[in-house]
Amino acid sequence: MAILTLTINGEHVSGKDDESLLDIARQHDVHIPTLCHLDGLSDVGACRLCLVEVEGQSKLFPACTTKPQEGMVIRTDTERLKKYRRTIIELLASEGNHQCAVCVVNNHCELQNLAYDVDLQYVRFPYLYPKKELDATHEDFVIDRNRCVLCTRCVRVCHEVEGAHTWDIAGRGIDCTIIADMNQPWGTSASCTSCGKCVRVCPTGALFEKGQTVAEMEKQRDFLKYIVHARQKREWVAEQIEEE
Amino acid sequence: MKPRVATVWLGGCSGCHMSFLDMDERLIELADKIELVYSPIADVKQFPMNVDVALVEGAVSNNENEELAHLIRRNAKFVLSFGDCATTGNVTAMRNQFSPDEIIHRAYVELAEADPTIPSEFMTIAKLLPQAKPLHEVIPVDGFLHGCPPTPDQIWFAVSELLAGRTPVLPNAYLRYG
Ligand code: SF4
Ligand code: SF4
Ligand code: SF4
Ligand code: FES
Repeated sequence: MAILTLTINGEHVSGKDDESLLDIARQHDVHIPTLCHLDGLSDVGACRLCLVEVEGQSKLFPACTTKPQEGMVIRTDTERLKKYRRTIIELLASEGNHQCAVCVVNNHCELQNLAYDVDLQYVRFPYLYPKKELDATHEDFVIDRNRCVLCTRCVRVCHEVEGAHTWDIAGRGIDCTIIADMNQPWGTSASCTSCGKCVRVCPTGALFEKGQTVAEMEKQRDFLKYIVHARQKREWVAEQIEEE
Repeated sequence: MKPRVATVWLGGCSGCHMSFLDMDERLIELADKIELVYSPIADVKQFPMNVDVALVEGAVSNNENEELAHLIRRNAKFVLSFGDCATTGNVTAMRNQFSPDEIIHRAYVELAEADPTIPSEFMTIAKLLPQAKPLHEVIPVDGFLHGCPPTPDQIWFAVSELLAGRTPVLPNAYLRYG
């Protein structure tokens, strides 16, 4: 492990070579919007919201999956990046079916917060209103694909933390969808342990507990830190667990 | 001359208008400052000429909404998408995953308790568009008021700005879907 020096938005900062640009930016209170990233899960660079500019490079780099290099000069807040971020949020909105007024996570939703972050007054692209399936066959949980932003957090938490690997992605483009096991009703899945981790990490109202009504569901995501900490350091941090 | 204000009810539940009425005593102040020339709460049949500000609730859901939207654009200087249905389609657009025929059948046949008849012969009934659309997909819009419904404070802010002759730039604190 080596310590490197780089420049973020004109400020000199240092970071470790095994961290991501996102980690280093956060340590220095530089806010970069993210959606697919979640502390405790591997990074896949799926949502592209965290794209940053690197001096001397024409392409943009996702901060969550890019490692620092000595002397790197990074910008996180240029007009170009702001424009792209707004466009990503608009595309997410127009490719799903989001009716916040009747959604279980209304006012507790990461997609809504991102829309407020980019001051999204309206969506410039035509809404596509794709036909998406809702699956309420699981005893305790529901997946409503109308609200899914394909961040794959559920896929990763189920595989990496729970070890069940119930979720996967099928299809391409607008047909891309989250499936359980061999593309079967969730309630018939043999691998799902009903642990509920996927429901907790989902940034939107796509995964929720049964019996929740409009604006009732608040996701608790802190649990992940403790599990991952316990795995890596082989210790449970008692007071944090109580907080949970 | 007082500014000529219109409020319009397209494909919405009238909740945005309820919220407008929730401005309570501020309505009295408003009544002194504006001339309400068209509104579901005023008995005016035809959308008038020379409107200064039009607050438009609801998505564009049928052919009557569509015609009216174009008329509003021609006759009004400032058109404000009023609430989430006008801005995103919202609840009104939940039907868009189904065809108009499927919806009409569901409403008038499957869910009918007596006399399941589709009222297609009545020429006076507006025809559903293939999909309900947000207002800005049909006509150019000058501003947006978010929320389902927008709060009375948001409405008051926007209307006050407009009456002061300013384009309402709604502060981010008022940006709120749902
Ligand atoms: S998931 Fe978020 S953005 Fe989508 S409808 Fe629900 S609250 Fe709105
Ligand atoms: S409940 Fe647990 S085991 Fe089942 S799909 Fe979700 S994360 Fe996987
Ligand atoms: S269901 Fe939720 S967690 Fe899974 S991909 Fe969709 S939005 Fe992400
Ligand atoms: S947070 Fe980096 S690509 Fe999604």
